[in-house]
Amino acid sequence: MQLETFQLIDRIVELNLDAKTIVVEAYVPPASHSVFAGHFPGYPIMPGVLLTEAMAQSSGWLILGLTKFERMPFLAMVKEAKMRGFVSPGSTLTIDAKIEHEGSGFTVTSAKVRVGKELKCNAELTFRHIPFPNPDLRVHMDAMANRIGFPQQAMSNG
Amino acid sequence: MSSTFEQIANIIAETCDIPRDTIKPESHAIDDLGIDSLDFLDIAFAIDKAFGIKMPLEKWTQEVNDGKATTEQYFVLQNLADRIDELVAAKNAGAGSAS
Repeated sequence: MQLETFQLIDRIVELNLDAKTIVVEAYVPPASHSVFAGHFPGYPIMPGVLLTEAMAQSSGWLILGLTKFERMPFLAMVKEAKMRGFVSPGSTLTIDAKIEHEGSGFTVTSAKVRVGKELKCNAELTFRHIPFPNPDLRVHMDAMANRIGFPQQAMSNG
Repeated sequence: MSSTFEQIANIIAETCDIPRDTIKPESHAIDDLGIDSLDFLDIAFAIDKAFGIKMPLEKWTQEVNDGKATTEQYFVLQNLADRIDELVAAKNAGAGSAS
């Protein structure tokens, strides 16, 4: 995770555009990171809003794949977000997301965050998506996709 | 089986916490019921699921923006019910010809 730039996903493990699912990994920073200075002193745990954002970014990569990077998803709604257990510094998050519904201009996903086999949180997320508003954002997302190992061949097969 | 309007009205009442008896066939979802675009996403999700369709919201919005349609055609609830019936009929016709 690069919290300073809000890039929470580190690696795409598996993208299945036929099943409309994605699995990613995210590496929680060590206890020395400033985010834990206030959350909480002497008892560092990952903020739930960042776990929710990680689920949103995971879903976002799935939607980008399904729209072949022609549309940019923006988080619009979070439902039933449940923080089921504390997430400690240095943890590896495994995040699964799947499509629940593809509407006209919007997509609903469900996502789960696990550490090992333990379910830490889950939510249902709704995104609006629109054609990329400018070329710069598309270039940025392409670079991000390369950084986290987005499997471009999955789209040519899909 | 309840009418399409009844189903839509129930979805709106539940999704937006609007008293069911205030939702009429002649109600305009935006102007009369005060439903905003985010709530309408939720309603669209529920309607798509309930009727097994994909309401073409982007196409409708474009038509309104281009002056080719009025919001009343899509957002007055009886009209919305008629559009949904058309979408369901088109889906069923497509399924019939494919089998």
